[in-house]
Amino acid sequence: MSADLFDFVLGLGDDALIAAQRLGEWTSRAPEMEEDIALANIALDQLGAARLLLTYAGELEGAGRDEDALAYLRGDREFRNCLLVELPNGDFAVTMAKLFFLSAYQLPLYDALAGCGDERLAAIGAKARKESAYHLDHSSLWVRRLGDGTEESHRRMQEAVDQVWPYTHELFAADPAAPVDPAGLRAGFEATVEPVLTEATLTRPGDGFTPGGGRQGLHTEHLSFLLAEMQVLHRAHPGARW
Amino acid sequence: MVNPREAAAAVVDPEIRVITIDELGILRSVETDPATGRVVVTITPTYTGCPAMDVIRADVRRALAAAGHPDAEVRTVYSPAWSTDWISDSGRAKLSAAGIAPPAPVARPNVVPLTLAVRCPRCGSPETEQVSRFGSTACKALWRCRSCSEPFDHLKAL
Ligand SMILES: [Zn+2]
Repeated sequence: MSADLFDFVLGLGDDALIAAQRLGEWTSRAPEMEEDIALANIALDQLGAARLLLTYAGELEGAGRDEDALAYLRGDREFRNCLLVELPNGDFAVTMAKLFFLSAYQLPLYDALAGCGDERLAAIGAKARKESAYHLDHSSLWVRRLGDGTEESHRRMQEAVDQVWPYTHELFAADPAAPVDPAGLRAGFEATVEPVLTEATLTRPGDGFTPGGGRQGLHTEHLSFLLAEMQVLHRAHPGARW
Repeated sequence: MVNPREAAAAVVDPEIRVITIDELGILRSVETDPATGRVVVTITPTYTGCPAMDVIRADVRRALAAAGHPDAEVRTVYSPAWSTDWISDSGRAKLSAAGIAPPAPVARPNVVPLTLAVRCPRCGSPETEQVSRFGSTACKALWRCRSCSEPFDHLKAL
């Protein structure tokens, strides 16, 4: 088996898993009932993609680890998710900025996977891209609504975009050996994102600061706290079932 | 013994209990393995994270056991990806009768999309509006009728 392919699939699975966990934190806390349900649904979609990707990663590795072993029994340095997804939710604007950039990356990624030579990834991509299209639609709606809203909502949406933007660079780090090289998705991402920012009367931030390291297991301190909460039950009661 | 295809096709969706998994289009095939004689049922999820899949698998196994096939195997496939276009006409009629507006045909690339009004399943009025594109389950959106004021679920095109 290819160690490179394992790392690639693990990275995408971890992106979806950590995004699901963060979005799930909004459950019962969203600003309105409809949004509470929307965020929970999007979290569920991310979790569904994570399960398929991590199951496949476990099979590629061939060491007997299933989706649960990969999700619950790894330490923070063994996670390969991008930093973007582990950042705290912040206010609603930060959550929407994160979701907007994530789905503007995941949609073309899954779309490209749907046409790639790896049969398993192609099936996962074809399924997940339909769901990503809804996530992108929903988050870009909020970015426009808040950006082009009141003075206060505009201020907070711009702050959120400024805060999250640097973390988008890591998503497109070149990986020429991968079934889909993320570097090739950058142009499509910008073509999606820029018109929405313009319509939202928001300014596209500069590209000076480009934090990264998630794909190599070098994370922010936020991931450790997230994992502690996500993994505690499974670690305290290994193999527990409902 | 009941025909295994009929037994599997009669299983109802656990979240939308007015429609069978066959009508919903998630029952992909029912075959008998010629070597072992075991029945193999293949299903596919509506959404990747659909939490009803475990219940559906258990319900299919139970239905097959009751039909005289206690060793039936249930397989899950993800390709080709489920589409709301696979919901049968009888399924659409049952959804509508249960107050859930059925989905419009999925827009095809290179075809001018038709924006069809979602009709209120209560009064039939096309004067409706979306309240939220996410609803009580992954496959539904929340709508409201401007004519009769009733809120209703709409199975969104996928
Ligand atoms: Zn009505």
